[in-house]
Amino acid sequence: MFVEAGHFALALALGLSLIQFVVPLWGARANDPVLMSVGRATGLAVFACIAFAFMALTIAYVTSDFSVVNVVENSHSAKPLIYKISGVWGNHEGSMLLWVLILALCGAVVALARNSIPLRLQANTLAIQGAITIAFLLFILLTSNPFTRIVPAPAEGQDLNPLLQDPGLAIHPPLLYIGYVGFSISFAFAIAALIDGRIDAVWARIVRPWTLGAWAFLTLGIAMGSYWAYYELGWGGWWFWDPVENASLMPWLAGTALLHSTVVMEKRDALKVWTILLAILTFSLSLLGTFLVRSGVLTSVHSFAVDPERGTFILVILILFIGGSLALFAWRAPLLKQGGLFAPVSRESALVVNNLFLATACATVLIGTLYPLALEVVTGEKISVGPPFFNFTFLPLIIPLLLLLPLGQTLAWKRGNFLGTAQRLYMVFGISLVVTMAIFAFEHGGPVAAPLGIGLGVYLVLGSFNEIVARSWSRGTPLAVAWHKAANLPRSTWGAVLAHAGVGLTVIGIAATAWGVEGLATVRVGDRIKAGDYEARLERVVPRMEANYRDDVAVFTIFRQGRELGSLESMKRLYVTRGMPTTEAGIMTVGLGQVYVSLGEVAADGSVGVRLYHKPLVLLIWIGSLVMALGGGVSLMDRRLRIGAPVRAKMVPAAAVPAE
Amino acid sequence: MVIWIILLLMTAAAVMAVLWPLSRHRTPTAEQLDPDTQFYREQIAEIERDRERGVLLASEAEAAKAEAGRRLLRATGMMADASATLGEPALRRRRAASTLALSVIPIIALALYGAYGSPQLLTHPPRERAEGQQGSLDLVTAVSQIEAHLAQNPQDGRGWEVVAPVYLRMGRIEDAVKAYEAAVRYLGPSADRLSNYGEVMVLAKDGLVSSEAQKVFEQAVELDNTSPKARYYLAVAAEQDGRLDKAKQAYADLLASSPEGAPWAEVVKQRLAGLGVAQPVVAGQENAPQIGADDIARMVSGLAERLETQGGSPDEWARLIRSYAVLGQHDKARATVERARQVLAQDDAGLKAIDATARELKLTDAGP
Repeated sequence: MFVEAGHFALALALGLSLIQFVVPLWGARANDPVLMSVGRATGLAVFACIAFAFMALTIAYVTSDFSVVNVVENSHSAKPLIYKISGVWGNHEGSMLLWVLILALCGAVVALARNSIPLRLQANTLAIQGAITIAFLLFILLTSNPFTRIVPAPAEGQDLNPLLQDPGLAIHPPLLYIGYVGFSISFAFAIAALIDGRIDAVWARIVRPWTLGAWAFLTLGIAMGSYWAYYELGWGGWWFWDPVENASLMPWLAGTALLHSTVVMEKRDALKVWTILLAILTFSLSLLGTFLVRSGVLTSVHSFAVDPERGTFILVILILFIGGSLALFAWRAPLLKQGGLFAPVSRESALVVNNLFLATACATVLIGTLYPLALEVVTGEKISVGPPFFNFTFLPLIIPLLLLLPLGQTLAWKRGNFLGTAQRLYMVFGISLVVTMAIFAFEHGGPVAAPLGIGLGVYLVLGSFNEIVARSWSRGTPLAVAWHKAANLPRSTWGAVLAHAGVGLTVIGIAATAWGVEGLATVRVGDRIKAGDYEARLERVVPRMEANYRDDVAVFTIFRQGRELGSLESMKRLYVTRGMPTTEAGIMTVGLGQVYVSLGEVAADGSVGVRLYHKPLVLLIWIGSLVMALGGGVSLMDRRLRIGAPVRAKMVPAAAVPAE
Repeated sequence: MVIWIILLLMTAAAVMAVLWPLSRHRTPTAEQLDPDTQFYREQIAEIERDRERGVLLASEAEAAKAEAGRRLLRATGMMADASATLGEPALRRRRAASTLALSVIPIIALALYGAYGSPQLLTHPPRERAEGQQGSLDLVTAVSQIEAHLAQNPQDGRGWEVVAPVYLRMGRIEDAVKAYEAAVRYLGPSADRLSNYGEVMVLAKDGLVSSEAQKVFEQAVELDNTSPKARYYLAVAAEQDGRLDKAKQAYADLLASSPEGAPWAEVVKQRLAGLGVAQPVVAGQENAPQIGADDIARMVSGLAERLETQGGSPDEWARLIRSYAVLGQHDKARATVERARQVLAQDDAGLKAIDATARELKLTDAGP
């Protein structure tokens, strides 16, 4: 009964979003506040309906109602409760339902903002949000319905894909989707501004929290996905430049650019048209990501050609929204009033440079992701564009960006002074250089990339905190006063500093992977395998039964330079329903690095193929991402207005202390 | 009935969500009408606070304030036009919007739900589901207990024999094959045990009686020449091999020696009918749910067409060959073997798989 009511609620939500699209738009044109206010009511009602539908599907999963095809295909009554719940979005249909649920949630939050958003902007925004909801509800109801029933119901389900039965999967998609879909609000606001022909600092102030929140969640989602791939796939890698990963990286890059240009717009009333374009592009890339992941086009262009219904549908949505919004942009953008001016050397210009680098980097990833698909469509040849391509194109774009980052952060608004800025950073630069040399001298023989990369990371972290020091301390200031001043700085400043320092930590973690060592051997009980300073001894292999899988557990004792560190378990797991094996890597954290043991085949005579890795500082990759997202959160907490105090034209002595 | 009332209430609530704001008069606040002025006033206040807290220097604060002041001046006079809440046009708009909501929401919801929903399940909820589910939960616990026991005592043939049919019911056919094999090994052969073992082997091969399965059935018949299951599958094997007379004879003998109302009689009669032997139609038989021969033929020809036009994996070719063999169309099966060999000429592993299938089906010898 719940299932059918949920299905009906989804159909109701479609009707309501149609009203949400038409009536507020009409109201905004006729300047009728009553019609405009319909947007708010429908926004909330759509959310209520979709939330009910989602709850109905969740109930079907939790109670193992095998009269629902989706539950049969992705659940099993012996599965632990948490995977019954996460199974709701562990499949195509359910994940699309989660997508629209988050979409509707964002719409409801916009609708609830009573006084902080101008009425017309709110009405137009909700109307655009309604249009997106219509497209995706139609997609779900017509091509990917999670509420399809089967009679008679089978006695048992086919279980969830074992790779997905993991706590990582339980949180990764929701985080990622909040990120993707959060950008839909920035997009809706941008289109609303284009429709109304008005865009100003007020607009930027309203959009900033959305962009910031979406960006922070996307950062967490990507980091979570990367960590999940690292420990679940058993290859020990953390980023594969896989199209699915690229699909989430592209909106992140564009979103990072958007975040920075929104700041310029709010503080300085400049870069308006560019910000609008970025908002459109960011959401377009989110849609493209959804298309790549959901249409099946990645597994094979041919599988897409054989069963094209879903893919074509998303493709139409893609063309409609991207094409429509870009056409609207081309038509309306010239009408927008240009804002504040700034000198070539200024914080504004630095942020423009940041945007250009990020946009270009994003374009490289886009080409690397789509080129193989295009080639396969045209010639039928299947190639894969892997790390070599991205290392050659992406890194040269990102490294200069990172080198310029602390400089840009130190420049003054409106008119900057390059020399003065460089002077303020010489300490930071010096320390980083010393660190690099020291590591190089100490670790002689290792790869050159590692000390250089770590030096860059140290430079970024120090450069970020230099901002705080410069603004709260100058020669002769007592420490207590400086401390008080630093604590008094706006939280938005602290947020930016944390986020940039997080980038530095991630860079250090990535650079340190060059020091990783690996050992590969077939061992029997009592044998040892070696990787660098680390050794693992196989103690025993024991079978273990769980409700829906069985494990071969290999217990290892780990040694460093002969000293025992402890023991870890690495597993070869077989999920009985699907007959599918997975590896569960055994991981031991030593400081910020990790010892990683992955099992190969267990032979009949008891010998086991084992890979042993030692990955120094590897945790910094994800800790850095967490710090980045934390920075976003801290900045989000800051409800105050953002002020960028300009430097006046007459006063530009070299030693002047630039503002903010 | 109750469910229809719930759906009706849901629709009513959705429509009300639209009608409610339409029925209210509200005047927008000053902030909503003129957000810009408000924004720059707040910004100037913020600059003042920052200066007091010492975050901004006095000179910086002055510069920032001057700029915000300039923008404030520009923003005044851009106030939004007075809103149109009153008068005849506004009323007409409201009525039109209400009509839209009253019609669009129920029509779309009912049309889509009617097309894709399963409202018939609402009035006749599948009650047996609930019981079946309870049963399956118990089953799973029971199976895991037996499995744990067998992991400790793998030589307990009785345990394997108990768990095997349960595996079959749960769809774990490979496990069922292994379990019966263990049961035969530890408890020794008996006609029943062997014929059950053979049956799961047949099921594991999608209905094909492989040569190994045939040996198992032959052994069962040696032990007890009345075993109906073994005799039935041996007849099926004969039919697959194209020895149709032998198959007919075997089916007829089986039917003759079966007691009145034996559960397998229907199946055997259908088999005989398929071989062209007329059978008296038993009342009610035509209502029995079954997949018609036409459906099977259509599925097979669909597969054949797809493989011919788009190609396919060696496994798919093998499946097509098997399907023809099971249907008794040996000429086509042999032709398909030839065709598959041509298509897969470049694929050594594929060729081996096709040859193995052909050998298994005894298609390699000339003539039936």
